[in-house]
Amino acid sequence: MQKTSKALFGLATAFVMSSALPNLAKADELTLCWAAWDPANALVELSKDFTAKTGTQMKFEFVPWTSYADRFLNELNSHGKLCDLIIGDSQWIGGSAENGHYVKLNDFFDKEGIKMDDFVPATVVGYSEWPKNTPNYWALPAMGDVVGWTYRKDWFEKPELQKEFKEKYGHDLAAPKTYDELKQIAEFFQKRQIDGKTVYGASIYTERGSEGITMGVTNVLYDWGFQYENPKKPYDMEGFVNSDDAVKGLEFYKSLYDCCTPPGSSNVYMVESADAFKSGQVAMQMNFAFTWPGLYKDEKVGGERIGFFPNPAEKAHFAQLGGQGISVVSYSDKRDAALQYIKWFAQPDVQAKWWELGGFSCLNSVVNAPDFAKSQPYAQAFLDSMAIVKDFWAEPSYASLLQAMQKRVHNYVVAGNGTAKEALDGLVKDWSDVFKDDGKI
Amino acid sequence: MTISHSSIVEKAVDATARATPVSVARRVRGLSDRAIAWLFIAPAITLLLAINIFPLLWAVYLSFTNYRANRPNAPVQGVGFGNYQRVLNDPDIWQAMQTTAHFVFWTIVLQTVIGFTLAYLIDRKFRGHAFWTTIILIPMMLSPAVVGNFWRFLYEPQIGLFAYAVSLVSGIPTSDIQMLGNVTLAPWAIIIVDTWMWTPYVMLICLAGLRSIPDYIYEAAEVDRASPWRQFWSITVPMALPFIMLAVLFRGIENFKMFDMVTLLTGGGPGSVTEVASITLKRAAFESWATGRASAFAIILFVAVFGLANIYVKALNKVKQR
Repeated sequence: MQKTSKALFGLATAFVMSSALPNLAKADELTLCWAAWDPANALVELSKDFTAKTGTQMKFEFVPWTSYADRFLNELNSHGKLCDLIIGDSQWIGGSAENGHYVKLNDFFDKEGIKMDDFVPATVVGYSEWPKNTPNYWALPAMGDVVGWTYRKDWFEKPELQKEFKEKYGHDLAAPKTYDELKQIAEFFQKRQIDGKTVYGASIYTERGSEGITMGVTNVLYDWGFQYENPKKPYDMEGFVNSDDAVKGLEFYKSLYDCCTPPGSSNVYMVESADAFKSGQVAMQMNFAFTWPGLYKDEKVGGERIGFFPNPAEKAHFAQLGGQGISVVSYSDKRDAALQYIKWFAQPDVQAKWWELGGFSCLNSVVNAPDFAKSQPYAQAFLDSMAIVKDFWAEPSYASLLQAMQKRVHNYVVAGNGTAKEALDGLVKDWSDVFKDDGKI
Repeated sequence: MTISHSSIVEKAVDATARATPVSVARRVRGLSDRAIAWLFIAPAITLLLAINIFPLLWAVYLSFTNYRANRPNAPVQGVGFGNYQRVLNDPDIWQAMQTTAHFVFWTIVLQTVIGFTLAYLIDRKFRGHAFWTTIILIPMMLSPAVVGNFWRFLYEPQIGLFAYAVSLVSGIPTSDIQMLGNVTLAPWAIIIVDTWMWTPYVMLICLAGLRSIPDYIYEAAEVDRASPWRQFWSITVPMALPFIMLAVLFRGIENFKMFDMVTLLTGGGPGSVTEVASITLKRAAFESWATGRASAFAIILFVAVFGLANIYVKALNKVKQR
């Protein structure tokens, strides 16, 4: 009888242990959510070191950019437990902080000695802080990104084209430093025959459905003097969003679209712009810096054939910020393990490897290292671009603000309806309505 | 040894009957036909209530509140008819409704005319008509996502076949044929794709209508020396009309909800010229997260479609009774 009891006890213990084992294994696994793109693949590679060091398995949930916001904002809004860590877009920070989706990281940073001063200041403001310019941190800067330009260095270096360009414009055919120069180059290449093929001036963002044309237009408007609001009075937009300078900036963007883009450029964003460049259609391309490593490696247009330059200047010198911070999802059951991942990711040697693998580190010790500018052909352009970044609204209602801008600027730039002044006046009205709804004005 | 199919079924029924506990059998035997009928349809009704009716009622409730799905912790306040008032006074929404009406009208006109013509031709039963019927039906069988992407490439000014064909006929350079980026042409680009995809559907319904007309009516008309034209207008069209109207009803309701094709082809642009009601609704509900207002808009759309469909069905019934 005793033997039977022991056997039954043993069986019961074995059953309990076997059913508990999967749970234990699950606790040792973290899910990280992000967009499906080249840097995500680099992060998978990098995270193998984290697994080797801690034993925690990393699982990744990557979705295409076209459904990235829909998928993960739905996940956060429904308090889903899919993601323990999320690399969320910079504009989400306000909403995610105010709606309690992200864990506030101040105490954790203090405890672990992670200092925000160690990161590029613009990325801290852009990816981590809410409210902006206050020491309230909801993310660790993870992936620095900015809108810049690539150009066909091999075309620019053709002696006959250099000669013709200099005779026409009186200066060398080189990476432009001003918008006048950029437009001259774009006009110069528009519908030109190179190697028996018709090529075009530049590919710029014009996409209507998500955020494309806004990212492109703001990239130019900032340089003309466009401001989101009165620096002395928040949400006071009259005369700032629709200032005379902003109107001129928008007119310039339309003129660039009309004169110098390839046919069928009415709905272009990151992928389409990169495709236009890769297929040898355009001399210059506006695109986020994350595309640069892939383009540099491209067999047809990469290597010695490609050059990189930051956004040109006009009255001011800015570039549209992209990129994201990494946050711990407050609905995760594995907060501590997720925080350990952030602690590991913030280490200088990990950040250095992150840059090597194709990620864009935001850590000062990496980007300010003496050999950084020469570490990759695009490193200097990235560095110069990150020094001049500015971001779109990060308000909780950023999506409504974005939709209004998409509609107004696309209507003017691509559809050719009305004037630039009318488009920006309309934008002030739309944005004022959103802030009135939010009770902010 | 071969066991017949019926004997297997009989054995299975016997086995089930034997396995049924006596208490359960007694209870079932005691039920009326009505109760058994309810027992059978109860799961379907429960599902219907849970999946269709409850969300509809919930949306009606939300439409009277300021609820935002991305701020579940914020207090929900009633706003009366505020959301409805705002939706009905929003010029963007009226613009989207106008755009939708434009799509619905032209797609129905084109699909009905072409669909009926194709059905009429196929009904002649010429040599190889079955093969051509199958070929014509192919677009309808494709996924809208595939069709959208496929036509986006066809419309591409530099490499697209559509631009090339138009250029060949008109002499206009292909780079000037920008179907999706041109304010005037973009709505037509979508109408063309929808017509290409769904005309076969209308054709099928019309074909069913034409095949339902008894031959003896035509034979009688021929005895009376009615011309083919007279036969077409006095027999074919009136007798196929209920089927044509049915096709119009189905396509009208479907096209009122058009979303995927527009999203893939133009994303609502250029500007807002192809932004149909369903895209505006999706942006309000799942991008701006104005859940209350989006619910009000959805209810207005629902009432509009339901009301129009009801009027139409009454007309359809009158035609059928004639």
